[in-house]
Amino acid sequence: MLRLEHVRAGYGNILAIKDISLVISEGEIVTLIGANGAGKSTTLMTISGLVPCRGGKILLNGREIQGEAPDNIVRLGLSQVPEGRHIFPLLTVKENLDMGAFLRRDKDGVKRDLEFVYTLFPILEKRQRQHGGALSGGEQQMLAMSRALMARPKMLLLDEPSMGLAPLLIKQIFAIIERLNRERGTTIFLVEQNARKALRVAHRGYVLENGEIIVTGTGRELAANEKVQSAYLGM
Amino acid sequence: MPILAEIRFALRAALWFVFLTFPIMVIKADPIGQTVIWRWRNAVWVGACSFFVCLALRLWKNYRAKHPALGPSNDGGSFIHRILDHSGQRRAFLGILLAAAILFPFFASSYQTNIMITALIYVVLGLGLNIVVGMAGLLDLGFVAFYAIGAYTYALLHLHFGLGFWQSLPLGACLAALGGICLGFPVLRLRGDYLAIVTLGFGEIIRLALENWGEFSQGPSGIANIPRPGFFGMTLSLDQSILFLYFIMIVFVIATIFVVNRLRDSRIGRAWIALREDEIACQAMGIDKQKTKLAAFALGAFWAGGMGVVFAAKTTFINPASFTFLESVIILSIVVLGGMGSIVGVVCGALILVLLPEYLRALSEYRMLAFGAILVLMMIFRPQGLIPTIKSRYPLENLTDDRP
Ligand SMILES: Nc1ncnc2c1ncn2[C@@H]1O[C@H](COP(=O)(O)OP(=O)(O)O)[C@@H](O)[C@H]1O
Ligand SMILES: [Mg+2]
Repeated sequence: MLRLEHVRAGYGNILAIKDISLVISEGEIVTLIGANGAGKSTTLMTISGLVPCRGGKILLNGREIQGEAPDNIVRLGLSQVPEGRHIFPLLTVKENLDMGAFLRRDKDGVKRDLEFVYTLFPILEKRQRQHGGALSGGEQQMLAMSRALMARPKMLLLDEPSMGLAPLLIKQIFAIIERLNRERGTTIFLVEQNARKALRVAHRGYVLENGEIIVTGTGRELAANEKVQSAYLGM
Repeated sequence: MPILAEIRFALRAALWFVFLTFPIMVIKADPIGQTVIWRWRNAVWVGACSFFVCLALRLWKNYRAKHPALGPSNDGGSFIHRILDHSGQRRAFLGILLAAAILFPFFASSYQTNIMITALIYVVLGLGLNIVVGMAGLLDLGFVAFYAIGAYTYALLHLHFGLGFWQSLPLGACLAALGGICLGFPVLRLRGDYLAIVTLGFGEIIRLALENWGEFSQGPSGIANIPRPGFFGMTLSLDQSILFLYFIMIVFVIATIFVVNRLRDSRIGRAWIALREDEIACQAMGIDKQKTKLAAFALGAFWAGGMGVVFAAKTTFINPASFTFLESVIILSIVVLGGMGSIVGVVCGALILVLLPEYLRALSEYRMLAFGAILVLMMIFRPQGLIPTIKSRYPLENLTDDRP
């Protein structure tokens, strides 16, 4: 579904990702793990068109999307949940969710999806009239994910959804990720520092170090890999 | 003793203030006698005034902190919103307001009507800038440039081609909108302070061009004999044409409020608000950041251009001195004072900021000072503006109560 071929990108004269090639097939959960500053967020931003691609190709269902405007990429079915959630703090929860459906014109579909995210996260329905900024960290993450789902994406790009959350909430978020993938068939590209959790839910994974992919394999293979174990799993 | 601590604090603040204002308030160079005059009495005044103001502010703040019941929920702002929310009261309120506006010129002198026209021009200018600053969150310090573009469009089109007010009005507005897009393109990537500086520069460039490009704009001497709008070909007496202009402005204000209100609830309005809140999220939602920003600049400038044409027709004479940075500051003050993003607030802010100095003539020399003081006080006591947007009416504390 999504294929990156020798993608390079960066900021100013820093090259944050040097030569990234990876493949994500439809219906998969693929994770990208790596240390802080490895270039994980930059990879996602480049796919979404928020950071310009400096070389290589990004193909979505065979179509080159590097150089497309960010809104066109959302239109093609790629929705990103940015690192740090980036909810709209002064809009209410409901308005935040409405913003997620900004590009959609099918009112009925939007309404159904709103009900769907409320069944995924009932707490959001309770808080729908509250400001986004008044939510707790976990609720904000749920809101950020729900908002991205309101665009009815074919593929969801999640940037460190577990960051700064209590273990119980992390468990809940990961359960939802699996459920989305299972019930709706949403393809998921999951960027994580929490390698242990990520490798448990992901079908396959890539390990990023200094802007380059150093190992790849199934979730289980990576979890058993010595290098990964010592560097990312603390074993 | 907390009061002693407050006095100490106020004393320190006063000393610091005396030190800061020392070069301008105390030292005065006498160019004729080639000496320096030391105005020590000014230092005492500055010190004493800042001490008492500071102390009063601190004590009042403490008092407010101890009596939260006096919170901002029961004040004029929410009173107006309550009226406007209730549809019956709303109709009555707006009806009375409209009747008062229509009857006003028949009871007031034409001097006062003229001032009111100016105030209404600023209402529309404020509503235009409110799109850019209040809704889209783009700090624009050069808004007066679009006002100037509108005014000069009419003046020059009349001078060279004999075009009238009604033909020039849409042209002025559209040219200003085009100017907004021209400004928008280079500043698309800028935010916050950088954006403010570039827009300020843009405003100054337009003014300086008008001042120095004599063949085009007739330079600092300006353009005179700009006609007032005619009434279906009839020539009007001075009083009649002021009256006519007043009613034109009433119609413009109503039209602007209507359009801006619709804009705010439209897709583009939601995109502006999203852009103001969080740019990255905005893009992740698939909002085209560039188009959204350009639309804000263009639509804001559109109203300023239209008002420029009205201004030229009202004064019948324009020169670059009417379009200084101070003008941008006044319009921005209107938006900030009224409450960013709030239409009712901006209308009240414009009326207050234009009418107050007019009726307090003595103050008008200190306008700049008064603006500064008002804005500083506003930021301390009411950072959300006089009549904030409906958004901030829901106090966060009350809503978080129902946590499980
Ligand atoms: N906006 C930016 N400007 C300049 N450098 C950046 C910016 N964002 C990230 N970087 C740099 O790019 C590299 C990769 O960052 P990032 O993709 O955020 O890593 P990760 O998400 O894996 O923690 C880091 O060295 C970081 O310092
Ligand atoms: Mg990151």
